[in-house]
Amino acid sequence: MKNAYESLLGGKQGAIGLLVLAVLILVVFPLALDSFRLSMVGKYLTYAFVAVGLVLCWGYGGILSLGQGIFFGLGGYCMAMFLKLEASDPESTKIQSTPGIPDFMDWNQITELPMMWQPFHSFSFTLLAVLAVPTLLALVIGIAMFKRRVGDVYFSIVTQAIAAILTILIIGQQGLTGGVNGITDLRTLNGWDIRDDSSKLILYFVNAALLIGCVLLGRFVLTSKLGRLLMAMRDKEERVRFSGYDVASFKIFVFCLAAAFSAIGGAMFALQVGFMSPSFVGIVPSIEMVIFAAVGGRMSLLGAVYGTLLVSFGKTYFSESFPELWLYLMGGLFIVVVMYFPNGLAGLWESHGRKWLSRFALGNKVFGQSVVKARVMSPVKVATPQPSRELETTP
Amino acid sequence: MDVSLSEFGAIAIMQGFNGLSVFCVLLLMALGLAIIFGQMGVINMAHGEFLTVGAYTTYVISSLTLQYFPAMQPYYFFFAIIAAFVIAGALGWLVESLMISKLYHRPLDTLLATWGLSLVMQQAFRSIFGAREVGAEMPAWIMGSWAPSEAIDIPRNGLFVMGLTLLCTVTIFLMLYRSRWGLQVRATMQNRVMSRAVGINTKKVDRMTFALGCGVAGVAGAAFTTIGSTGPTAGSLYIVDTFLTVVFGGAASLVGTIASAFSIAQAQSLMEFFLSGSMAKVLTLSAVILILMVRPQGLFSSKVRK
Amino acid sequence: MDSRLTGAKHLLPRRLTLSAAALSLMAASVFSQFAVADAANTTGLAVTDTTVTVGQLHSATGTMAISETGSIQAERLAIDQINASGGILGRQIEVIQEDGASDWPTFAEKAKKLLESDKVAAVFGCWTSASRKAVLPIFEKDNGLLYYPTFYEGLEQSKNVIYTGQEATQQILASLDWIAKEKGAKTFYLLGSDYIWPRTSMKIARKHIENVLGGKVVGEEYYPLGNTQFGSLTNKIKLKKPDVVFAAVVGGSNVAFYKQLKAAGITSDKQTLLTISVTEDEMLGIGGENMKGFYSSMKYFQTLDNPNNNKFVAEFKAKYGKDSVIGDVTQAGYLGPWLWKAAVEKAGSFDVNKVVAASPGIELTTAPEGYVKVHENHHLWSKARIAEIQADGTFTVVHESELIEPNPFPKGYQ
Repeated sequence: MKNAYESLLGGKQGAIGLLVLAVLILVVFPLALDSFRLSMVGKYLTYAFVAVGLVLCWGYGGILSLGQGIFFGLGGYCMAMFLKLEASDPESTKIQSTPGIPDFMDWNQITELPMMWQPFHSFSFTLLAVLAVPTLLALVIGIAMFKRRVGDVYFSIVTQAIAAILTILIIGQQGLTGGVNGITDLRTLNGWDIRDDSSKLILYFVNAALLIGCVLLGRFVLTSKLGRLLMAMRDKEERVRFSGYDVASFKIFVFCLAAAFSAIGGAMFALQVGFMSPSFVGIVPSIEMVIFAAVGGRMSLLGAVYGTLLVSFGKTYFSESFPELWLYLMGGLFIVVVMYFPNGLAGLWESHGRKWLSRFALGNKVFGQSVVKARVMSPVKVATPQPSRELETTP
Repeated sequence: MDVSLSEFGAIAIMQGFNGLSVFCVLLLMALGLAIIFGQMGVINMAHGEFLTVGAYTTYVISSLTLQYFPAMQPYYFFFAIIAAFVIAGALGWLVESLMISKLYHRPLDTLLATWGLSLVMQQAFRSIFGAREVGAEMPAWIMGSWAPSEAIDIPRNGLFVMGLTLLCTVTIFLMLYRSRWGLQVRATMQNRVMSRAVGINTKKVDRMTFALGCGVAGVAGAAFTTIGSTGPTAGSLYIVDTFLTVVFGGAASLVGTIASAFSIAQAQSLMEFFLSGSMAKVLTLSAVILILMVRPQGLFSSKVRK
Repeated sequence: MDSRLTGAKHLLPRRLTLSAAALSLMAASVFSQFAVADAANTTGLAVTDTTVTVGQLHSATGTMAISETGSIQAERLAIDQINASGGILGRQIEVIQEDGASDWPTFAEKAKKLLESDKVAAVFGCWTSASRKAVLPIFEKDNGLLYYPTFYEGLEQSKNVIYTGQEATQQILASLDWIAKEKGAKTFYLLGSDYIWPRTSMKIARKHIENVLGGKVVGEEYYPLGNTQFGSLTNKIKLKKPDVVFAAVVGGSNVAFYKQLKAAGITSDKQTLLTISVTEDEMLGIGGENMKGFYSSMKYFQTLDNPNNNKFVAEFKAKYGKDSVIGDVTQAGYLGPWLWKAAVEKAGSFDVNKVVAASPGIELTTAPEGYVKVHENHHLWSKARIAEIQADGTFTVVHESELIEPNPFPKGYQ
């Protein structure tokens, strides 16, 4: 019991940090925001799954994937295919030349539901596919890349290229995938209307709960021996290998885990937003998700969630208020964070926020309570920036 | 289909030329990146934007020429190329000293920071030149086709890009492998600390290398105004192809980059001819990835143990 | 951890402003009850005694900003003109402009904001089909009203959308008829960028060529969006020697395509080419010398010579500079606010259901393109025009069809 408490919640500090996040997204947001803003937060939180996955594989594993959009997209597409089939019952598609198939197929002269789509009539298969398809793809990519000891930079670029290929494929096969428009107009989940406000609220809570679940799982992995090995690998891969560990397997595992997280995010995205399109698969969204993790702090699971929320809010706010400026701000923010705050918000908090808060609290006893609360916001020890590799250049 | 043998021959020649011309475009794009990524290990995601800098430089110079020295119009392109090199190079110099130099020990982070830079640069293009594409007035001699026989049309801009690519490649080759500076660059790449110890000013070498890479990107951008579009996001169209070319070739090898550009271009051009354009692209990229999975260090890898 | 604070901080005032706005709105509507029991104010929309709020939803940033800027400007011009002439039902139009940022979920998000938070009476916006498809379910659910300006692939008809551009058959069939008759064209090479609009257009074109014109399609090809290498394509065109190349290449690819065609010696003296994707906007990037003598099919060209258009062009240039150009979609965007005004005045209300009911049959004799009329299927009756491209990048109209009935679900073409 004690053990689970330590490993899942990260002890007292971790537990309170998690609690604050949970209160924020489960209580504060639903109470403070109208349904429109809340569904926006819901959408942002689906990106947070990807960011949390990136903390695992990039922050701790040292594997920077620039193709997380692939997994987000695949998860989303699996869910969207199920929802689209449900939305395309023969009754509501009776004006088509072939009723009962998705509308975009009808436009592409497809007269029969393709094989690939058949199993997505089943909800349980869909749930399985949401997790299995992206994870298997990650497994294949991972085995191919890591077993052959592909360098980290190569890996980044190859994942990026895969994202580009998948986008072109999805757009090109529009009879199967809906093409560039994506799969739109999703309505019901097993007969339950996902578009009205009350169901959006329920989906929001499901989403939030799943996200917290993923954070917990991530924490469990990191506090286990595996987590320590990951960090050791990131810093001195050879030493871990020479100690007799199969480095590749650990990398593959953490990459698959990140892919599975992303896929859950994608599926929740399709459910909440009501459509899925190739614009979430490509290079740009994939890198944006890395931005989220970087801003939040690549070493902090909770930081990734805050980073996602902050950057997404910022993007929405600035593009509403200063459409001309927001790319400058986004780009600038990214440069500054990467150059000066490599550990992002979580790192900033660690180095300044706490000190500031405790000083503030010393002068004002009333706030003593909040200090305790705040102290534990980033439970994971923030590591120093990745060590200099200058000395490693000679083998 | 009624195609005579001579016509078929003509098409074959033109298609062969097309393959070469795609090869040159790829190589010219990749050269700057090969220097920066291959020699310095820096992943410059803003590479495409440096291309765009070159393209806009050409546009500005073409407008200026048209306005003030219309008589010079046929020759402005040479000035434009030199100016593109200087401006993109100077910008590269600036970026290196302000940003990249702080990140050498964190290669993945250069990737992220330069991505931010590319966003800023794109928006800067938009603010300065407007969101719409612009068209530089091309000198007549560079447009149109050269027809050695009735049935054969060789694109002049293709020939021009080819010549330029040859010039750039040879120059860079000589600089890297036959000059003192090249020696210093290669030494720095292999062992920075040791190079510093023997008295090489590695900071200066880095700065020069980065600036040179960006300058070459600028030249490529100027050349591409003859075959493509000039707009705020034009550079980002090239970025994936460029990176794959460099990675496929094996990062640290200039010969590798040439070989990989050649094979990718031939595959692409041949498949485009026999299949549809979209499918050719997917197949080429997939083939490259598959080969990379078998040979992760690229076609020509330098012999460094990992 | 400032994220939590900042997040909450900036949301709170926003909420306050919103509710303040709602309050003032309620107050206004209460007062208006006293003044004149005006039915127009009781629709639940952002309508007061003196103002009515509309939304504008285009990409001001991102890759689509290139194309959408013209629509934003034209819609603004129309709205300013309507305001200057006394507004609608005595109310001045106020505009809330939102940026879709070339990102489809952002479009959906902003559409939701405009309809649910701002309660706008109508939205003028979207450009790509993908963005329209993304916002469509929201407009249908919240019963909003969208004026969509782009020529597009058809296969859609929504109660909540008025399509002010042409659907595919309007743009394609008449122009193919013309080119077959005028040039005696029998063989066609179809090519486009790889997404839904070119693919659907080419499908319609193929059916028409094969079934109606008795011609032959000798090649059909799609290139990925953003492709810049067309060398193999030019060789294939040379190999197949089609009478007509029928092209729907878009974006940055467009420029590369025409530059490389010219470089391969495929010019108008040797090859007839008809495109449905080049307007004055695209011409800026391509350059007239690269397309001289090719044909473009649109419903509107800036060079149309009629009093409506002369006035429109002069006013547009006065507002946005003498170098600005007006393409087909820009003009279609300009129609939106005017069509809405006519429908609102006919309905005597801003209520979406009433405006929609009043829309079919609305005629606009002041349209720059000449005369348009709203069909029951929410598309416009319009003419197809074919123009020959000049070396200076202008378009000379060489053919003008009769008014064509819009038919978004063409039988026999699907």
